Amino acid sequence: MAEYQNIFTRVQVTAPIYSGTDIGSDASNRTGATENYWLGKIGDAQLGPIYLGPTGVLSILFGFIAIEIIGLNMLASVNWDPVQFIRQLFWLALEPPPPEYGLSIPPLHDGGWWLMAGFFLTASILLWWVRTYNLARKNGMGTHIAWAFAGAIWLYLVLGFIRPVLMGSWSEAVPFGIFPHLDWTAAFSIRYGNLFYNPFHMLSIAFLYGSTLLFAMHGATILATSRYGGDREIDQITYRGTASERAGLFWRWTMGFNATMESIHRWGLWFAVLTVITGGIGILLTGTVVDNWYLWGVKHGIAPAYPALEAMPLQDPLTTGAGQ
Amino acid sequence: MKMKPNLRLPVVGAALATLTLAACEPPPVDTVQRGYRGVGMELVINPDERARSVAENMPPDIIPQIADDDGPRAGDIYQNVQVLGDLSVGQFTRVMASITEWVSPEAGCAYCHEGNNFASEAPYTKRVSRVMFAMTQRANEDWGSKHVAPTGVTCYTCHRGQPVPEYVWAEDPGGPHAKGLARAEQNIAGKATVAYASLPYDPLTPFLSQDYDIRVASDTALPNGNRTSIKQTEWTYGLMMHFSDSLNANCTYCHNSRAWSDWEQSSPARLKAWHAIRMVREMNNAYIDSTADWLPDSRKGALGDPLKVNCKTCHQGAYKPMYGAQMIDQFPSLSKKTGVAVDMHKQGG
Repeated sequence: MAEYQNIFTRVQVTAPIYSGTDIGSDASNRTGATENYWLGKIGDAQLGPIYLGPTGVLSILFGFIAIEIIGLNMLASVNWDPVQFIRQLFWLALEPPPPEYGLSIPPLHDGGWWLMAGFFLTASILLWWVRTYNLARKNGMGTHIAWAFAGAIWLYLVLGFIRPVLMGSWSEAVPFGIFPHLDWTAAFSIRYGNLFYNPFHMLSIAFLYGSTLLFAMHGATILATSRYGGDREIDQITYRGTASERAGLFWRWTMGFNATMESIHRWGLWFAVLTVITGGIGILLTGTVVDNWYLWGVKHGIAPAYPALEAMPLQDPLTTGAGQ
Repeated sequence: MKMKPNLRLPVVGAALATLTLAACEPPPVDTVQRGYRGVGMELVINPDERARSVAENMPPDIIPQIADDDGPRAGDIYQNVQVLGDLSVGQFTRVMASITEWVSPEAGCAYCHEGNNFASEAPYTKRVSRVMFAMTQRANEDWGSKHVAPTGVTCYTCHRGQPVPEYVWAEDPGGPHAKGLARAEQNIAGKATVAYASLPYDPLTPFLSQDYDIRVASDTALPNGNRTSIKQTEWTYGLMMHFSDSLNANCTYCHNSRAWSDWEQSSPARLKAWHAIRMVREMNNAYIDSTADWLPDSRKGALGDPLKVNCKTCHQGAYKPMYGAQMIDQFPSLSKKTGVAVDMHKQGG
């Protein structure tokens, strides 16, 4: 089975198209399935059947409306010029209302479209969540995926809804746009005195980088032991075979401790989910509870002092009257 | 089973990586430590780019000074000399010859003077140059210790042989947008003022012409009534991009990036910049705006305001204009206010 040693998929197992177990009357809503060689390169070669149902259809419809509002506003901001729309796409945005509107409903042309796009996008995302929950239930699965998704939705809602409401201003929310949302992120940290001193931001970064590390460790371990059946990891949870033993031994030799075929998946799930849960808490506290994270860090002893740059450190010219 | 290595993938990958990185500066870059070790206060310099910039920012040949201060004053010999009238005729002629080289080497004297009547006030360029003399004297005398000393400012600092300096600005109306849409004043590509970011593209009007508050962060850990918005912060951010771009210096030239607002951790350059903001505001309001009523449209922006001064007008990509070449020593007549220049800064805002 040396084929499995390659880091890219070399083997495709093909089988007759299979539409899955019977999940009741909704089965009639499933549309057809097909096979695709190139999809088989990165996953299962069978495409479909897809089951949308009412929540899926509404979710896609609302999502389409949101993207349409955002796109048309971007297009309007370059005077309906399709060439400029493409050239400047990464710069364009649909901005939240200016601060003077607070939490009131602004006119459409001055942030109202942002509010509407946000509503439809949120509705779309929540409906998709319902769908992940329902489909898991119908398949007789646990609802882990839905709750992991809910973690991401929590961060999204904090950024775009919960925190702006607590701050009393839609303008606190994130714009829709590629570079503009990145500028927003930098400006957010500048306004609130350096987000790196926010302990929940620290946790979120640790879990984010930890997630990528765990993902790489786990993926690599399974590929490396697949010649002994390591790819049958679920089997090996209960019937620990030589693949599982070798993988465990490798990590014990390396760092004294190893996860198990089962627990590694809990590690992965929790690291990923905690990234957005802690991140959301960190954002929620910013501006509502803490206004300058650097000064908060100084106050609580996490921001060390360094020797001054100059023999006579600068002083604020506004307070010394140097400006006069 | 022996397998033939697949070479297509690495080749395609290398080609993609090259394309992706094509817009980046080639290494190596030099870093200069400017703060306590470990705090990352470093100036990043690309040696190739710096060499180019130094070559582009060389001072011009200077007409030697005339030792002789005797004889009649320029104001006694020539009519209508309102700023430099106290100079000797020889010194006055030298300054006029120098400014011709600095500002209008091609058009010569006629750029500002009527051919047969040099005293005439008719050319608007002559009236502008009087304001510019006054502005230069004011900068050297009163903003010297705060910002421009010891390098000093001459006409050449900005003009570099051109009637209108290369880097001037006017209020930016933005690009065309659909009528029903409020002008976002940001999120447009290709705006050099903010170093091509999607930030608000005209931070110069509120901060270098008007005096909106630049400070955004709170000086207390917990909320204490500071309602500065994130949008407002983006305007400040845009201004800082202009500073950085104008001086070709990264943020840590002035700030310790862990606490932008903390003066005690900032480098002395930040205090220079703080005064520069006020100096440029005065230049734009007290001097340049005073020409607004009679300046031709060709010297105004799209919204009808005169072409103004910002950091890049003098700095032109150098942390010190012309990398600190001192020309002002050779031109004492430009280093203090004389004639009608004495009170000119008191006009305007």
